[in-house]
Amino acid sequence: MAKRRPKKAAPRRDDYVLRLYTSGSTPRSARAIDNIRKICEDRLSGRYQLDVIDLYQQPELAQSDDVIAIPTLVKELPPPKRRVVGDLSDEKRVLIGLALPATKVGA
Amino acid sequence: MFGSKVQRSGHSYRHLFNGWARIRKPSSTQPNWSPKERKFCKSPANYSDFSVARLWLYGFYRQMKNSKSNKTKSAGLPKSPTGIQGLDEITFGGFPKGRSSLICGGAGCGKTLLGLEFLVNGARQYNEPGVFVTFEEGAQELIANVSSLKFELNKLVEQRLILLDHVRVERSEIEESGEYDLEGLFIRLEHAIDKIGAKRVVLDTVEGLFAGFSNQGIIRAELRRLFQFLKTKGVTSIITAERGEGTLTRQGLEEYVADCVILLDNRIIDQVSTRRLRIVKYRGSSHGANEYPFLIDEGGFAVLPITSLGLQHQVSDEVVPTGVPDLDAMLAVGGYYRGSSIFVSGTAGTGKSTLAASLVSAANQRGERAQYFSFEESPSQLIRNMLSVGIDLKRGIKQGLFKIISNRPAFFGLEMHLVTIHKLISEFKPTVVVIDPITSLVSASNYNDVRAMVTRLIDFLKFEKITSLFTSLSDTNPSLEKTDIEVSSLMDTWLLLRDIELNGERNRGLYVLKSRGMAHSNQIREFVLSKDGIKLIDVYAGTGGS
Repeated sequence: MAKRRPKKAAPRRDDYVLRLYTSGSTPRSARAIDNIRKICEDRLSGRYQLDVIDLYQQPELAQSDDVIAIPTLVKELPPPKRRVVGDLSDEKRVLIGLALPATKVGA
Repeated sequence: MFGSKVQRSGHSYRHLFNGWARIRKPSSTQPNWSPKERKFCKSPANYSDFSVARLWLYGFYRQMKNSKSNKTKSAGLPKSPTGIQGLDEITFGGFPKGRSSLICGGAGCGKTLLGLEFLVNGARQYNEPGVFVTFEEGAQELIANVSSLKFELNKLVEQRLILLDHVRVERSEIEESGEYDLEGLFIRLEHAIDKIGAKRVVLDTVEGLFAGFSNQGIIRAELRRLFQFLKTKGVTSIITAERGEGTLTRQGLEEYVADCVILLDNRIIDQVSTRRLRIVKYRGSSHGANEYPFLIDEGGFAVLPITSLGLQHQVSDEVVPTGVPDLDAMLAVGGYYRGSSIFVSGTAGTGKSTLAASLVSAANQRGERAQYFSFEESPSQLIRNMLSVGIDLKRGIKQGLFKIISNRPAFFGLEMHLVTIHKLISEFKPTVVVIDPITSLVSASNYNDVRAMVTRLIDFLKFEKITSLFTSLSDTNPSLEKTDIEVSSLMDTWLLLRDIELNGERNRGLYVLKSRGMAHSNQIREFVLSKDGIKLIDVYAGTGGS
């Protein structure tokens, strides 16, 4: 289920390590996946690692990351650890959560 | 035989012939017929006189049985016992099984503890593992907090009988963007329940959830779904919540969890705190409706349903010697009745405690247990003082037959005193109890409350067939026969001790003011405290004296 990109290479210092927790293939989860992919490709192309975790498949992972709400995006690196809950449709809030500048890179 | 039965019951006797009806109509429309019965009725060869009578009787018996079992069924919603002393009594068996209950109350009134004890007792006594989901304290913190109690939470966690799950919700770490639900919590809970096969779940303060998310509407909707989810999982769950202003809970959760709501309260009256518990509602079951005081001690929670036992106690004809032979002689039956309440009133220094100690020491010598609740003297002081008049209390203590409990009246509230006395008596199971003196309890409360408390205590003691002696310190006012707390009407035997100042001497006098159910002497006897105990000397025998 987990999709990694770029390939398993250890994250570099300024790489983003993100995990998205979903529950099965609900429309909301699908929306969240689409949204985060788009944001990542736009802003962090080539320097992020995104894992999509289906909690139905791996319920034990909910405890380690304290996931309650679905979908939840966890930003593991760079510190501080932050969470964004929801289908990530509000791009501004996602960017605040990920501590990314509001303007596009290179725009 | 049947005629008399019909007459006595006064009902129509039609029901007696239900058996007949069955024989005539052995159809399949009777769903509760056993295959055996149906077969029996279908075959005409079985319609002999004997078998008809037998069938008729059987029908009659079935009906009696059904009516009985129906009655028990209507009284019993399946319940999950808490194992908490007293709480199972007032809820008539525990929390509703497979449903959600709500425990609400302010900070520090024992919500977490009640929930935890429900799980611990479930795991230990009823073989029902439990999941404790905390939104506040971490698992290690929780274990450390309750380590002072005899829960051994660590062990239960190791044995996988209890699973502690700390759900950390940190508002500052969470950003909200778009729609979400709490499916994560559900999955997590389900995982935890299935992992240990839990039958009980406690969610400790859901306020934690509300604090973590800004969209209250979602949380509310999700909580409602959570309760449904818990029901479908078939677990008995407890949700704790903070008390709100004017409402039972801050978030109005009582609307969702409607099956059983328990309110905990920690009230301070005159700088003394008393914990109380009340069952606000319990759908589908009767319950005690009063406020019950409860204790939290090293054994955990203890609720005492002591508001009133009423006047249903059985009385005994057995006589308990007073410990003073001369006093026995003043009472026609040779002592007090077992289970009666004795009231000893008198001014300071007239020997009330000594009289009480004689009763105790006599009980010990017979091999009976006795308990002495002292509000003025410490145990060692009491032992020393009684030894000076030849009453050895130490022997009883060594034999494990006697216990002195000394507490200052202001140490805690009146309810608490009552609860403590209750608890200690239930544990020690004495046959004689002394409360010395009840008047000093007034300093912990007011007269009315003391009177109510003494009434309840007497009810309890009589119910348990415990002979009780209460001492009361009277003011040196002219009307000695009026007690300060006005409990005399509750007492069976009233001994009055008083000073008699005569001929340049100050002597102690004793007389029996009343003693229910027995003749007694009308003399005022001089009361002497000697090295060999209490002696009574004739002091005055007038025209009416014997």
